[in-house]
Amino acid sequence: MGTVKKKGILGDLKESLIQRLFQTSGLLAIIVLVGIFALLLHTSIPAFREVSLKEFLTSTRWDPTSPERPEYGLLSMLASTVMVTFGALLVAFPVGVAVAAYLSDVASPRVRELVKPVVELLAAIPSVVVGFIGITLVGPLIAKLFNLSHGLTALNGSLLLAIMALPTIISISEDSLNAVPVSYVEASLALGANRWQTLVRVKIPAALSGIIASMMLGMGRAIGETMTVLMATGNARAFPHGFLQSVRTLTANIAIELGEVPYYTTHYYALFAIGLVLFILTFFVNLTADVILEKQKRKLR
Amino acid sequence: MKSNIIIPAGEIKIVVEHLNLHYGNKQVLQNINLAIPEKKVTAIIGPSGCGKSSFVRILNRMNDLIPEARVEGRVLIDGENIYDKDVDLVALRKKVGMVFQKPNPFPKSIYDNIAYGLKIGNHRSRAELEQIVERSLRQAALWDEVKDRLHQNAMKLSGGQQQRLCIARALAVEPEIILFDEPCSAIDPIATARVEELIHQLKKDYTVVIVTHNMQQAARVSDYTAFLWLGELIEYDRTEKIFTNPANKMTEDYITGRFG
Repeated sequence: MGTVKKKGILGDLKESLIQRLFQTSGLLAIIVLVGIFALLLHTSIPAFREVSLKEFLTSTRWDPTSPERPEYGLLSMLASTVMVTFGALLVAFPVGVAVAAYLSDVASPRVRELVKPVVELLAAIPSVVVGFIGITLVGPLIAKLFNLSHGLTALNGSLLLAIMALPTIISISEDSLNAVPVSYVEASLALGANRWQTLVRVKIPAALSGIIASMMLGMGRAIGETMTVLMATGNARAFPHGFLQSVRTLTANIAIELGEVPYYTTHYYALFAIGLVLFILTFFVNLTADVILEKQKRKLR
Repeated sequence: MKSNIIIPAGEIKIVVEHLNLHYGNKQVLQNINLAIPEKKVTAIIGPSGCGKSSFVRILNRMNDLIPEARVEGRVLIDGENIYDKDVDLVALRKKVGMVFQKPNPFPKSIYDNIAYGLKIGNHRSRAELEQIVERSLRQAALWDEVKDRLHQNAMKLSGGQQQRLCIARALAVEPEIILFDEPCSAIDPIATARVEELIHQLKKDYTVVIVTHNMQQAARVSDYTAFLWLGELIEYDRTEKIFTNPANKMTEDYITGRFG
């Protein structure tokens, strides 16, 4: 006769132990996030004993090693980051959405099986390799095309970042297009719409929030990317006035200077402050994307 | 005996001849032959999985969406075979409207739902659009309930209202035939009664084909009834004949609830 009673205290203990384990690993992610934020904040604050927050955020001059008057303005680099990111999205967003629409709507199952892994592989290319391609291939091409002495420009960075943002944009856009209920598509076709009209007027509008979220996540990726832009954009410190100039992004600046900077100086702390700005920037971009995605999920349920 | 009624040639809208439908290796419909009369309601009944839905989806070629579907035979609408190579699917689907099992309004406003089929076709003026939207909503007996909130999202309507909206949306493109694929299976009894009343009204101007698993519904709304079983047309006749004195033993067993 089988009993339905609990078998001693051991079973209970095991269950609660496993529960604890999962709880802890979940908490750990939050602890790490908060920890990084706290570290950045803590190490940034001393910078503002010598530099005013206003100068830091609004000055375009960054020259911490000047013997007469060191300057700590991040605006040029912030503008460069924004410019390179924006340029990347200008390329990656339309291409990414078009590829997603093709995969979800037009491609035969066999083509989809082939293209999807390739797109995902694109995300696996190390950023240093992408930077390498920028130096040896894309950069010289830009130089030739626009008659420049060298191609290490904001445009170069944008094009490379576009390649890196594409996998995110494609796969999340495609997921949201696939999540559009078949019943919408059927309704549209039954009313005499063709496939193109159904895609543009029904599927894309219904998936729009997911598509926008994919762009935001791609943006998050592009803002934080360091090695590629460091290698490909020339790293000139001046305020950027066009895509054909060399620029230095926030990330590149940290990577270039942190290795050389004397510890516990204002310069050192100021680099952490730049890190904090980056952290906040990407955090909010990603958060917004998550909120939009969550909303879309609820809408289509 | 497959089809034991003769509809006068002048009153026939749709003729189905030797129709076979396969999904891959599976045969879903077997040698269906029947004629559907104009401006009447024809009901398709039968147990789940008998091919009812597949059959109506033949009539506006919605089965084309299924890659492994294969159709043999002819389907003539006004004498034209809709499975000919030179058929314009857009024109066909404008002529043969469809209302689905579950209400499926677009996540757009009530107005935009109705105007959708018009906007994708030839260009019309705003005034014309507004006029057609009102006319379609009146035809679907929904106008009075929504006239003050045409620009509200259609997803906020009740299930029954959504289904009438879908009917109005189908009517807006001025079809000649309307297919209903179990239109009441997802809505409550009161909403069902309204939709049935609507179908009754519609046959004045449209040829209606309705799939239903509900025999009372078939008896209430239709003039002709076809009974399908395992992909075969068992009996097709005037509805009152089918429900009072069916010729086939199987039909009798089904409508009296002995199986199904």
